[in-house]
Amino acid sequence: MADPLLSVRNLSIDIPVGGGTLHAVRGIDFDLQRGEVLSIVGESGSGKSLTSLAVMGLLGKQIDRRADRMDFDGVDLTRASRRKMRSLRGARMSMIFQEPMTSLNPAYTIGDQLTEALLLHRNVSREAARDRAVELLEKVGITSAASRLGQYPHQLSGGLRQRVMIAMALMCGPELIIADEPTTALDVTIQAQILRLLVDLVREMDMAMILITHDLGVVARVADKVAVMYAGELVETGTAGAIFNAPTHPYTRGLLRCIPLPGKTERGSTLGTIPGIVPSLIGDISGCAFRTRCEHAVDACRGDIPRREEDGHMFRCVHPQGRRTEEEAPA
Amino acid sequence: MLQFILKRLGLAILVAFTVSFISFSLLFLSGDPAAALAGETASGEDIEALRKLYGFDRPMLVQYGDWLFSALQGDFGESYYFKLPVASLIAERLSVTMLLGVCGISFALLTAVPLGVAAAIRPNSLIDRVALFLSVAGQAMPSFWFGLILIVVFAIQLGWLPPSGASTWRHFVMPTIVLGYYAMPAIMRLTRAGMLEVLNSDYIRTARAKGAPEMRVMFKHALRNAIIPVVSLAAVQMGFMLGGSIVVESIFALHGAGFLAWESIGRNDLPTVQALILIFSMFYIVFTFLADVLNAWLDPRMRSS
Ligand SMILES: Nc1ncnc2c1ncn2[C@@H]1O[C@H](COP(=O)(O)OP(=O)(O)O)[C@@H](O)[C@H]1O
Ligand code: SF4
Ligand SMILES: [Mg+2]
Repeated sequence: MADPLLSVRNLSIDIPVGGGTLHAVRGIDFDLQRGEVLSIVGESGSGKSLTSLAVMGLLGKQIDRRADRMDFDGVDLTRASRRKMRSLRGARMSMIFQEPMTSLNPAYTIGDQLTEALLLHRNVSREAARDRAVELLEKVGITSAASRLGQYPHQLSGGLRQRVMIAMALMCGPELIIADEPTTALDVTIQAQILRLLVDLVREMDMAMILITHDLGVVARVADKVAVMYAGELVETGTAGAIFNAPTHPYTRGLLRCIPLPGKTERGSTLGTIPGIVPSLIGDISGCAFRTRCEHAVDACRGDIPRREEDGHMFRCVHPQGRRTEEEAPA
Repeated sequence: MLQFILKRLGLAILVAFTVSFISFSLLFLSGDPAAALAGETASGEDIEALRKLYGFDRPMLVQYGDWLFSALQGDFGESYYFKLPVASLIAERLSVTMLLGVCGISFALLTAVPLGVAAAIRPNSLIDRVALFLSVAGQAMPSFWFGLILIVVFAIQLGWLPPSGASTWRHFVMPTIVLGYYAMPAIMRLTRAGMLEVLNSDYIRTARAKGAPEMRVMFKHALRNAIIPVVSLAAVQMGFMLGGSIVVESIFALHGAGFLAWESIGRNDLPTVQALILIFSMFYIVFTFLADVLNAWLDPRMRSS
């Protein structure tokens, strides 16, 4: 296989907080090939957004990011200068955020904000940038695109704003797009529509995508790979087929529990809920973070958890099969 | 935008008329103007004669209409004290006050905004602490005291600047600093707070996600949004400086309009007081209007409201 577009090894993110250090992300690994869709799933607060921001180099100054490796097409992002990161952001990697209502600058027109990245990164005229903006607005399904360029964000609905955000992220034709719950803040009736639009565009333009979403139906349909995140760790990663057909880690199985049959996930079905609360990630953490909620927990779960990997399907649990019970076993 | 401007202009004119009426009625609030004019020893007949002479016997609305009509043509009557046309008296004083006001607000903005931005970019840094110190000191120090310190140091000890008068630009240096420093703390703190808030907003993250350089993020994306409340505050302070710089004008013996107002109140020189109140109010109205227009240009959401 060719070198991955993005390769992350042992990424950790620490945040200084009042009572010590919050170990928000701990030692995660993942690879993303060109044109591939990786979906990161997990409950709120598991560190999905921090992971995306870490790749983009957008973490706040006070946040400490460490990684053995974080390569984007041969560029080592852990060592890249700020200038280098700037030249990648918006040009070769883009991000779509969760909050369309506040992610656009209220003081500038849609046109100004759409063309900004293109004018910053490419040597194009204003007219060419404008044409490209109109083209992309049409692509994301906005009618009378040319006249929208002069409008301000407050004149658009949430759905339209998120379409604009998508168009904006695509302006320079990036190789990687990170979509962090791009539809969570939207009206349920249009969530599926916008997500499908995004996925279709990513396929059409042959981009790689990290898609963070709670919509397991979409994950099942579009993801090539799935990474399951719990309390700052990736507890299970694998191809979408492996994760949906043979979920192994007890947490993954809990998330997918509400789904009737593997591979038959209906669109709109969301993550299952698991009783119990996530432990505090402040201070030293040892053992499996899921043990407070895991029905299979044993004494060994307090110690080092082995990392088990077979054919690219990885999970971390003391039980060799994640203690899958008979009726949960793959068909 | 044009519709917004016309609307605000209409409102400003309405307020201006109201204010002009109030400033006119002030004359009568302070008691019988004819009696005041005649002095304590005057007889009843003298007062009546004066009342007729100055037209105080006519209905108040008629007097107001008369006064307003003349005022609109630049005729504010004659000063009781100087026996000169109020208009020319004020014109001369006003140029000093306006020059001082413009210099003062410029000094305040040019120091407060960059300091506020720098403090917000690096909270708790040295520059943030310096800014905080300057702002606390500015708030705690009375203008007259600060003015006197400057005079002692720069005029008397060092002899670099003239202590009083208004004949050259050098006469305006210390008054500008004292007046500007008075307005600086509030502007600086509002800039800093606004920048801090805006820098935490999602659209700033979006700008960075596009690969915009930090300077562009700070100035094009953040400052434009953070400066909006500062514009309104600066307009009020500008209005204040043009009307209320009495303390500064007194310390440095700059005989401006503020000083004239103060003197005229003491002398019961009603036409002068009336005209000055009207002009000072108009400054407020004009600056508020300009601030509204500037804000609407900065923030498109305001245009529709
Ligand atoms: N700037 C920050 N300061 C303090 N804690 C933060 C900050 N950003 C994120 N966190 C914490 O880190 C954890 C992971 O956050 P996040 O990556 O946003 O989760 P997710 O996107 O999976 O919902 C959460 O517990 C969150 O409260
Ligand atoms: S390591 Fe223990 S607590 Fe963690 S998932 Fe496996 S069985 Fe459950
Ligand atoms: Mg998130």
